[in-house]
Amino acid sequence: MIGEFIDGPLWYFSLTAFVIGVVWRIVSIVRAGVRPDLSIARGSAGRGAMRTIFSRFVPERTVTTRSRLQLIAGYMFHVGLLILLFFAQPHIDFIAERITGLSWPAVPHWVFIVAAEFAFAGLILLWLHRVLNPVTRLLSDMDDHIGSILVFLVMLTGCLALAQSHEALRLIHLFLAEVFLIYFPFSKLMHAFTFVMSRGYTGATMGRKGVNA
Amino acid sequence: MSEQFEQGVAVLRDQIDARISSYLTSCVHCGICAEACLFYTETNDPRYTPIHKVEPLKKLWQAENTFWGKLGKSLGLIKPLTESDFADWEQLVYDSCTLCGRCSMVCPVGNDITYMIRKIREGFSVAGYAPDGMKEATKRALTIGSPMGVTFKTVQAALAHVEKDTGLKIPIDRQNAEYMTLFSSMEIVNFPEYIESIAKIFDAAGVSWTISSQAFEATNSGIQIGNKEAAAELVGRVVKAAEGLGIKYVVSPECGHAYTAIRWEGPNLIGRPYDFEVVHILELLDKLKAEGRIKLEGKDDTPMTLHDPCQIVRRGGVVDPPRNLLHSVADHFTEMTDHGVMNWCCGGGGGVSANERAEELRLKSFDRKKHQLEELGVNTMVTACANCRIILEEGLEHHEMDTEVISLTELLAEHLVSGKTPN
Ligand code: SF4
Ligand code: SF4
Repeated sequence: MIGEFIDGPLWYFSLTAFVIGVVWRIVSIVRAGVRPDLSIARGSAGRGAMRTIFSRFVPERTVTTRSRLQLIAGYMFHVGLLILLFFAQPHIDFIAERITGLSWPAVPHWVFIVAAEFAFAGLILLWLHRVLNPVTRLLSDMDDHIGSILVFLVMLTGCLALAQSHEALRLIHLFLAEVFLIYFPFSKLMHAFTFVMSRGYTGATMGRKGVNA
Repeated sequence: MSEQFEQGVAVLRDQIDARISSYLTSCVHCGICAEACLFYTETNDPRYTPIHKVEPLKKLWQAENTFWGKLGKSLGLIKPLTESDFADWEQLVYDSCTLCGRCSMVCPVGNDITYMIRKIREGFSVAGYAPDGMKEATKRALTIGSPMGVTFKTVQAALAHVEKDTGLKIPIDRQNAEYMTLFSSMEIVNFPEYIESIAKIFDAAGVSWTISSQAFEATNSGIQIGNKEAAAELVGRVVKAAEGLGIKYVVSPECGHAYTAIRWEGPNLIGRPYDFEVVHILELLDKLKAEGRIKLEGKDDTPMTLHDPCQIVRRGGVVDPPRNLLHSVADHFTEMTDHGVMNWCCGGGGGVSANERAEELRLKSFDRKKHQLEELGVNTMVTACANCRIILEEGLEHHEMDTEVISLTELLAEHLVSGKTPN
């Protein structure tokens, strides 16, 4: 009964809340507007925006030397998570069946295991850094912790469900993923989309000035 | 709650545009921006983390623009901004930020944190929470015409010396000149050699130029303190003078924030494009050299390095000209490890040098430059900003370091092949 609810209505509700919420937030950011820049541009804003959207995937030397651990953990977590999310067989099947109707090849099982280990290690390291480092401890708020814990729980139940092939575990995993989707638009998790905007805005301003940012 | 404070909050609210909204939404509290900021790296005090400096702005945005903020506010769980937030943050917003822009280069989600600090100052200054030194400098700029209280009479006295030393006539208020040069008060008071160098170079290159008696001051305290009206008034004076004289180009001097003010912020402050263009002196010199209008002779074999003024290079986009120019007169020019758009600030930009209260912290943050110089082992540092120059000299003296700071324009003038080149 509860299983059917999680598998059916709640899934569609959470997906709808996620899509509407994300679109709503993006639209409200754009609607805040930017004042037109009347200074004469030295370079192209568009090219600057594109450049920064991609260039920030590669860190500056200052970051590679002074924040090495955080940087490595950050890559491990994000890359691991993306592989788990989009290239694990059950996810591909689920997406094909419930959303797009399209499927693509999954990664081999061993890649999945490595990705999961990376994602877990990365997330745990990032979280430890968050609570132990004086800077991140000062900056962090409830939202940061809720986001980390939710992602952790979703990943953990997902891996357990896959390892045990147990229906109850699959349902718990799906339920947590749904909670995650509903929470997403109200939180910092939004950075997964808005990073393109923040990098783009900065890149455009710097690009006009002729600075590669 | 005082009316002035409420006005400050209203101004702060007004600053929240799509850029700031996207920045605050994206920030993942990773703290990486701290590692780029000299006030943090040299003190290890987490309060100096760049994004932490805009906390009052974030608080306002959260309360008014996010679901949890709105909910918390209606349930009385989130307290609105108070005067004590402003009082507590005043030093972070003004004393521990030079608006150098380095943090904005490293944020993984691409936040231009410097832009937000520049903008939060708008609200703080209206609310009356700004350092006295900066308030007074702004007042002097508005009433006397210069943050250091320099009047045109003082300029004339300096020019008379230059004319005597060079035998050249300095053109004042010349109608339809091609270039109108501005100066920073510091150049007039502390480094008149800069004016002399310009006069010699322009003479040799046959540049048609002038100085305006109505607007000689390039610096803009309004930008530093974050007062849009004051900033617009100061830019407006230059625009009026230049357009009145029918000038083609206004030349921004060896001063960092003056360039940002007149080149990038100016048209937006006065709400229209100019009838003229703005060039930085280094861009102009590089162009004159490339066109063969100035000839340089002899190369210095003293090992030299370049200190990039943040507002000219990282925030201004004049990255290559100083390098091209320095290479043409220095045989042993070596870059510091972090240079160009990733240089480290002198510690005195963004109005910090006008803020006496910040002196101790500023001298502490100079440790970064000291470290850079020691690592490189070069004892001559060339730069192109009068403010950087003074701050660097103070820092070097404080640390009893034997490093000479010289102006790039002055160095070029020393290598100038005298006599006019036909154009
Ligand atoms: S580096 Fe960027 S994302 Fe990280 S804390 Fe600073 S502003 Fe936020
Ligand atoms: S602009 Fe410079 S001084 Fe200000 S917070 Fe950023 S890195 Fe620090």
